[in-house]
Amino acid sequence: MQKLTRLLLGAAVVALAAPVWAEDSSDPIIIPTHNWSSQIVMSNVVGQMFESMGNSVEYVSTDSQAVYEAVRLGDATLEVEVWEGAFGASFMAAVEKGGIHDVATHDAVTREDWWYPMWTKEACPGLPDWKALNDCAALFVTPETGDKGRFLGGPVDWLKHDQEKVEALGMNFVVVNAGSAAALWAEIAAAEKDKTPIVLFNWTPNFAEAVWPGEFVNFPEWVEGCDKDPAVGPIPDKVYDCGNPANGYMKIAAWDGMKDKWPGAYAALQKVNFTNAQIAEMAKMVDIDGMEPEEAATAWLEANEAVWKLWTE
Amino acid sequence: MMTATLPQPPFRLDQKRVAQAILLAALVLVLSRNVLPAYLLRLPESLVLPFADWINAVFDFARDDLGLMAFTRAFSDVVEFCLDVTANLLYGKSRWPQLGPIPWVVIAATAGMAGYALGGLRLAVLAGGTFVWIAVMGQWKWAMETLSVIVVAVPFAVVFGLLMGILAWRYRLAERILNPVLNIAQSLPHFAYMIPVVVFIGVGPKAGAIVTIIFSVPPMIRMSLLGLRAVSPEIIESGKMSGTTRWQLMTRVRLPAARTEILIGVNQVIMQSLAMVVLASFIGMPGLGQKLLQLLQALRIGLSVEIGITIVLLAIVLDRMSKAWAMKQPEHVEGATWVQRHRLLAIWLGLVALGFVMAWLHPYFAEVERKQALSMADPIDFVVGGFIDLIDPVTDWLRWFLITWVLIPLRDAFLWLPTSAVLLALAGIGWRIGGWRSALVCLAFALPIALSGWWDRAMITAYTVFVSVALALLIGVPLGLIGAANETRARRFLLVCDTAQTFPSFIYLIPVVMLFGVNDVAVVAAVMVFATVPIVRYTIEGLRNIPPEIVESAQMSGASRGQLLRHVKVPLAIPTLVVGANQSIMFALFMVIIAAFIGTQDLGQEMQRALSSTDVGKGLVLGFAVAFMGLLADHLLLKWARGKGATLGSR
Repeated sequence: MQKLTRLLLGAAVVALAAPVWAEDSSDPIIIPTHNWSSQIVMSNVVGQMFESMGNSVEYVSTDSQAVYEAVRLGDATLEVEVWEGAFGASFMAAVEKGGIHDVATHDAVTREDWWYPMWTKEACPGLPDWKALNDCAALFVTPETGDKGRFLGGPVDWLKHDQEKVEALGMNFVVVNAGSAAALWAEIAAAEKDKTPIVLFNWTPNFAEAVWPGEFVNFPEWVEGCDKDPAVGPIPDKVYDCGNPANGYMKIAAWDGMKDKWPGAYAALQKVNFTNAQIAEMAKMVDIDGMEPEEAATAWLEANEAVWKLWTE
Repeated sequence: MMTATLPQPPFRLDQKRVAQAILLAALVLVLSRNVLPAYLLRLPESLVLPFADWINAVFDFARDDLGLMAFTRAFSDVVEFCLDVTANLLYGKSRWPQLGPIPWVVIAATAGMAGYALGGLRLAVLAGGTFVWIAVMGQWKWAMETLSVIVVAVPFAVVFGLLMGILAWRYRLAERILNPVLNIAQSLPHFAYMIPVVVFIGVGPKAGAIVTIIFSVPPMIRMSLLGLRAVSPEIIESGKMSGTTRWQLMTRVRLPAARTEILIGVNQVIMQSLAMVVLASFIGMPGLGQKLLQLLQALRIGLSVEIGITIVLLAIVLDRMSKAWAMKQPEHVEGATWVQRHRLLAIWLGLVALGFVMAWLHPYFAEVERKQALSMADPIDFVVGGFIDLIDPVTDWLRWFLITWVLIPLRDAFLWLPTSAVLLALAGIGWRIGGWRSALVCLAFALPIALSGWWDRAMITAYTVFVSVALALLIGVPLGLIGAANETRARRFLLVCDTAQTFPSFIYLIPVVMLFGVNDVAVVAAVMVFATVPIVRYTIEGLRNIPPEIVESAQMSGASRGQLLRHVKVPLAIPTLVVGANQSIMFALFMVIIAAFIGTQDLGQEMQRALSSTDVGKGLVLGFAVAFMGLLADHLLLKWARGKGATLGSR
């Protein structure tokens, strides 16, 4: 029966791979997935890669902040997308407590900042300069913000410092926090219908760039210490008088025990490396083309054998 | 129970006077707000108690010093083992016993047969059809992931509930302790439960199962207690006469006699666990809920509605089946051969065999691939999009009007009120309704919120709930009146209520944001939709349950239809309606926390923050604040309704 052949095949793969990675434990490697597609696809890509090496893999969906605690305790084995801006703090806090460490850094850079879809630029041609945006504040007025423009921020637990930025740069904006990424997308989708100007929090890499072309607002460039030292940055007596880093890191993190328990998989994980384009492509396969994350991962692995085969050697 | 609410004329007058005096004092505080000293406006910082730190200290102590962690981990290992078995059988996760996955045709046939055995052909079609729907829509794996958790969580919850129920029935003290615990547990927002679970159990399917167990146990405890209480002494007597031991008396006499209540408890457990499907996926429950959140994250509304329909169908099927089971009395079948005695079992075995053969012949009958799946996502997206476009011009105006003229002024007013005046006013209302006891109860619920330091956020929550429930009453009562016009319509309306109640509320957050944007209008709209359901339901129930003799006698005295409604039906239905309003407030409090995903500045937003930073203390303090608000409203409304019911002498 089909079941049996699959089982035999699996056993054969294990048997064949065994001499090479004899020391890898047969316990499943637990890969956490979150609620955005590029991360799920990437987790599946890495997972299927491990499976091709004879490891068994399981996926568990978790909260993207709480996951670092889970990895630290070994409940989950690794995390493939650690964004500097969004999760840097949680990750570092977990690293300090011990049990989790930084395995590798992707080539992909992350950026998170104020962003607008292209139709906004037609109404406010001076963009992407932040001063021009400030002059157009009236375009972004909503009933609840009175005579100031509205900036739609991400959920408060993402710990962005938009309010501080508005104050530091003396901007004519009010920060309204959406409660979830889905609420942000729903707002863009609604604004698209009648091309209402909108400025909101967004990040790259991300599926939204493929659906709604847009740009980040250019704030005074990020300088180290701008968030702590008032003297750094253009405004002498304010902190956060700058944009977010335009090239934040995206790391891979793993449980400290992984190295000893699955040395083969760990060695491969150290070489895993994705670029912005690859990540955007993975998100697109799911969010635009409507594939399932597992299918998308399989398709990606088939199309990019040259890339990932090197990692497993 | 009834004696407590008997009218006591000499005391009544005093009660009214005292209440008026207190309310007057509150009014004076409000009027002189601008000259009040700061400590009457808001509790001074020095009085705010660090509840969260205390709770965290207790949890740390329990975890690190008492070694509770080892215990919870051991328990969760047991749960995990069960989960692995069901996961293997239902969707073929590679775990012992390595038999699964069972082909979908077999499960659909089993569901159909179970439906037939319990409730005849209609239930068979409903149950079998639901599983066929799940399979052909390509949701099989997700649904089985969900069911694999529910199938484990429900028996655990039932057994725990039954044991606790027996304990409470046996020992008065246990009941005294359990009662308030259950009250609070049933009004705690779901997220408050989850944080301790993450700390003690971690994340993943087992955490999902355990949070589901915790959430669904309370009604089981209550129903078992109720059932055991209601067993008539004659039955016990005859049991004793047959010479039963205590154990036999419990298992052979009391529990079977309490069968109906216990099975209704089981029904409640199932419904509660389905209500947790989406929320539990925040801490790693796999399946439909997790998929739903992923799809919403990419704004794929059509596909998420399909999942929502599946959850509703599952809820309806399991509800009907467990109710049919509760109502069905055990019967004895005579017959010569095994096949004659177990006719249905034999047919089922035949169908199962057939199913396995079909699955072996063609893989479609084992598992429907996503690519082969049917979908109606595009038409749904089209309809939702069209609807939004259609009412877009109105919503712009509506949003502007509501925000500028209703919501912002009201919200500012709620925040403007001095804390002291609010506390006094609540005590005054309590005194008016239930004397000094109620006044104290009100203060006992309200004061901790002030002491916790979350007063402003709690006021925003109160304002959202107030506006939403007011709007829900405006919409729900007329709908209920229309619905109660005749029996068929009433049944249809109640079905819609059931559906709306089990439909995952996350799905309509997105269209609401598209319509109104991220602001209070969207929040109020989402909460209102959910809060309207119990009002419609209880209005219909209230009107339906009026004794026909009263209606007839009113008709004979020549009352017109309008008069009948105004002077007879509505006044008689008011106690039930108040219960509905009470439920509506509870629903609104749950929903307002979920509406944090739109974007709010109330307790819900902080709760979301506490969840993502796994701050047990903060999460529980916020949860208690929400629960206390609910219990306060519950106390006042039910006390009032009971008084009203007593004076009307209904039933």
